[in-house]
Amino acid sequence: MSAIEREVLDQAARSGRPPQADVAQLKTYYHQMLAIRRMEEALAKAYALRKFGGFLHLYIGQEAVAVGALATLRPDDYVIATYREHAHAYAKGMSARSIIAELYGKETGCSKGLGGSMHLFDASRNFLGGYGIVGGHVPIATGTAFASKYRGDGRVTLCFFGDGSVAQGAFHEGVALAALWRLPVVFICENNLYSMGTPLYRSLSVADVSQKALGYGIARDRFDGDDVVRVRERVAEAVRRARNENMPTLIEIITYRFRGHSMSDAGLYRTKEEVDEWKKRDPISTGRELLTRAKVDEKEILEIEEKVRLEIEDAVKFAEESPELAYERLAEFTYKE
Amino acid sequence: MATILDMPQLSDTMKIGVLRKWRKNEGDKVSPGEVLAEVETDKATMDFEAFDEGVLLKRLVADGASMPVGTPIAIIGKAGEDFAALVEQANARTAGGAGKPAAAAKPEPPKPATPAPAKAAPAPAAAPAKTAPAPRPAPAPRAAAPAPAAPAGKVLASPLARKLATDLGVDLRTVQGTGPGGRIVERDVKSAAEGGQSGQNGASQADWHAAEEAPSSRGTASAPPVSADAPLPAQLVPDRRAEARPAAAPPAGDVVKPLSMMRRTIATRLLEAKSTIPHFYLTTDVDMDAAMEFREQVAQVHGAKLSVNDLVLKACALALRRIPEANASFTEEAIIEHARVDIGMAVAIEDGLITPVIRDADKKTIGQIAAEAREMAKRARDRKLRPEEYTGATFSVSNLGMLGIRDFAAIINPPEGAILAVGAVRKEPVVKNDKIVVGQRMSITLSCDHRVIDGALGAKVLQAIVGILEKPISLAF
Amino acid sequence: MRTVAYREALNEALAEEMEKDDRIFLMGEEVGHYDGAYKVSKGLLKRFGEKRVIDTPIAEGGFVGVGIGAAMVGLRPVIELMTWNFSLVAADQLINNAAKIRQMSGGQFTLPVVFRGPGGSAHMLAAQHSQSTEALWSHIPGLKVVMPANPKDAKGLLKSAIRDDNPIVFIEGEVLYADQGEIPDGEYTIPLGVGEVKRQGKDITIIGWSKMVKIALAAADELAAQGIEVEVVDPRTIRPLDEELIVESVKKTGRCLIIEEGWPFNGVGAEIAYRVGRRCFDDLDAPVERITGADMPMPYNHHLEQQCIPDVPRAVAAVKKLLYLE
Repeated sequence: MSAIEREVLDQAARSGRPPQADVAQLKTYYHQMLAIRRMEEALAKAYALRKFGGFLHLYIGQEAVAVGALATLRPDDYVIATYREHAHAYAKGMSARSIIAELYGKETGCSKGLGGSMHLFDASRNFLGGYGIVGGHVPIATGTAFASKYRGDGRVTLCFFGDGSVAQGAFHEGVALAALWRLPVVFICENNLYSMGTPLYRSLSVADVSQKALGYGIARDRFDGDDVVRVRERVAEAVRRARNENMPTLIEIITYRFRGHSMSDAGLYRTKEEVDEWKKRDPISTGRELLTRAKVDEKEILEIEEKVRLEIEDAVKFAEESPELAYERLAEFTYKE
Repeated sequence: MATILDMPQLSDTMKIGVLRKWRKNEGDKVSPGEVLAEVETDKATMDFEAFDEGVLLKRLVADGASMPVGTPIAIIGKAGEDFAALVEQANARTAGGAGKPAAAAKPEPPKPATPAPAKAAPAPAAAPAKTAPAPRPAPAPRAAAPAPAAPAGKVLASPLARKLATDLGVDLRTVQGTGPGGRIVERDVKSAAEGGQSGQNGASQADWHAAEEAPSSRGTASAPPVSADAPLPAQLVPDRRAEARPAAAPPAGDVVKPLSMMRRTIATRLLEAKSTIPHFYLTTDVDMDAAMEFREQVAQVHGAKLSVNDLVLKACALALRRIPEANASFTEEAIIEHARVDIGMAVAIEDGLITPVIRDADKKTIGQIAAEAREMAKRARDRKLRPEEYTGATFSVSNLGMLGIRDFAAIINPPEGAILAVGAVRKEPVVKNDKIVVGQRMSITLSCDHRVIDGALGAKVLQAIVGILEKPISLAF
Repeated sequence: MRTVAYREALNEALAEEMEKDDRIFLMGEEVGHYDGAYKVSKGLLKRFGEKRVIDTPIAEGGFVGVGIGAAMVGLRPVIELMTWNFSLVAADQLINNAAKIRQMSGGQFTLPVVFRGPGGSAHMLAAQHSQSTEALWSHIPGLKVVMPANPKDAKGLLKSAIRDDNPIVFIEGEVLYADQGEIPDGEYTIPLGVGEVKRQGKDITIIGWSKMVKIALAAADELAAQGIEVEVVDPRTIRPLDEELIVESVKKTGRCLIIEEGWPFNGVGAEIAYRVGRRCFDDLDAPVERITGADMPMPYNHHLEQQCIPDVPRAVAAVKKLLYLE
């Protein structure tokens, strides 16, 4: 076990009282996490069958982070994320149809097929997009938080990024300005231990990403991301701080992607044993266990799973059958008249 | 229901996959996420996981097979299912262009992957056969620009100067350029059109503005048409180029006539035509009795005067309409069969000749042709034709009959494919119904561009013209 | 009409627009308490307060991104770059975010944001502080690029830029700030994408923008004394380009000279020359000519520097060459 993993597990063990949630919430979280998992499995299958091309960065293994974090938000709050953003989009209320159709490049996709996997957007749900340049979206999050404070609209911005972003200048400039101007934003680093194929200890001078908050004088938190309820509780604290005190927080959530960085990644930089170890803490199984422990009937759980299956099946069919945008219309998206 | 499993796309750039090693045997149960096989992509060896629940019924390729993405590699279904038909289907797909499995463990891909049908680019609609230039060559530039085949050096001129030369009817080959490297520029053309050769490098400010004040071609509406054969003013006579190249002193008593613009044009064009077009000639006689009778009747009935030439023009137009292959031009890329039949008629004028064009002559009545020919000939002699009125014919007629010439051969006016030379109508003894009577005969000679018109085709055209003139009823319509 | 300096005209535009629309704020280095590095924002902090005139640390990548984010959610930021030289550390924000978010989001988000500041060569500032970036920015679909040459244009164009719903690169002339010029009394705007004939003439068209308009006009004066009538066309907006105005002028004169302060390779003038060549081919009496900045980083030494920047004698010589007078 590497030093980082030990650190992660220690941290997880230290995290406070057992998180609390009611049964209805648990069911919602399980539904969302499972739908995200099934959606991405369907996307991986479609990709292999060449229904679409490009890059496909799967979130499989990290579902509890997006679902738990977004469970703390009001519908009008802002969320902005990276190119691994299918889950955040779904958790923000976007339909599997609009997401899968976007990856299929169809006009019915959330971005009309112009953005694809890495650029899901939904203005009506204040989902401000997925971005393909590592760290480049962090200052935008500072900007939306600036706008919230400027208008006094009480909204909070959640900004997701990976551990790879922490090495980028844009990350530091974005966090520094948010700290300086005391803006309502929560920076969430999803530390899945590898920036592409490079383990954290080879890309960062400290093992703890959350320490970066110290330099900017903002609050920080660091915890394990396999339990959706824990994620929700800890992020809620930061969201409260942002909304009520106009204070940003840098949160580091330790998580793990079961798949490669993208579809073409064979994952040779980590061992099968390591992956298998993490799979034992699959947030989906954890979420299911939470339901069982909360005495939810197995039949009810199966019902959720069947509902999810139909939802994703329908979304794939919808995407398959949807039309593509005509080339003649493309120009109107470059400039607003 | 059993389904065929294809070689998956496991990277954004993957075209071929090598099935390194099957991890499931035929008959094994598989469930989503279980590794079916190891597949080597262009980037790495990856685990190929099953998408669906089922049994691996058939492995269609062996370990080491290299397969394009999208070709069948296995069949998955329920235990005990009959999948023979699917195997056949898969084999057909593999054989049918999706690439064949390479010999085991061969690293090199056998063939590029065939795109999936869904992504295959739609076959382009059969493009219309490309004829290189536009069917009807633009008339104006042809008159001025050098022919591509001409061995003479390329004329250097600015685009504006070229346009202006066309508008003003100036032959650029007769203009001395004063721009860099002898480039003909706007002021040179204006100067030439006015009759002066600018000829001076580094013209003075005064020259520059004088040129600017010349009638502008850009306001086309107001620009007065100037034909190529505009009379040349006297100041041109001491040609600066003559000064540059010391000419042999002419013998005493000879008259030196400087070349007019028209003579220059005639000289270059005819030389070009005669030296670059493989001419051949076909001659025949026409029995003109009926045609002369027809002409007489029209005069009596309609009071309209038709010339023999009018009849010939119309006959040629009808013949070309019937035999469109002869209404054609040769270009380096293609033979162009013209849609329209535009007949040029050579008109002798002072100091040269010019060929006004009867457009759509095949569609005009003999009366219209006669009127138009007369009017154009008059304007030709008055030098009032606009350039577009004497360029762009598809066929020409040259008639020297009125000057008593019995027969002759004319030089083709490129890019036309042929020209008809018409001799005089002459009375001579002929045999009709086994009797010697006085008949009227006319010799005609067709000059053909052999690159466009072969002997037999030329003969066919000539026969058609003869037929029409000898049975002139069709001339009436 | 009244006479104001270029920087005052810009200041008026900012103040008038901020007065009308409280979604507009001005953000940048030294814009507030310092009253602007070039005094364009003079008095605005006092008038509009710290909420709307915001000093930033030296972090272009950060505050350019802030402008983008704020614009995405409905504000109308004006982001001042102390000079466009410093924009290059924010190139990712401008190119990958500002220019593309509208398209990547399928038209859901538009960015009404103005990035403004001085550009072009100054005097003895050497390579990093003396350069033209309009060729870079106008290369990017999704951005509009505006370059006013005088106070009237500066005010009218900045007001239009602030009201535009697209991200605007607004490049002011660093050496034009003190230039005086007449501007109309009262409210006016100048539409983006509409050029202006700065001087009428029939013999040759000179195309120039920003500071180069001054060079063109001075050359025209000198040539007029020799009987040559120069038409000076200022596109004012580089993108969208007023191609029709340029074409109309060149069709009239038959000759075209482009004066560009920036580097030649892939310059704005190269694009204009292509368009003129394509649209005016049959009207040209000479090849389209360009005068540009020297194809090298700007040197510090005064004499060397001056030879790297287009000037009147070079413009005059180029005109004569095009008229075949030399």
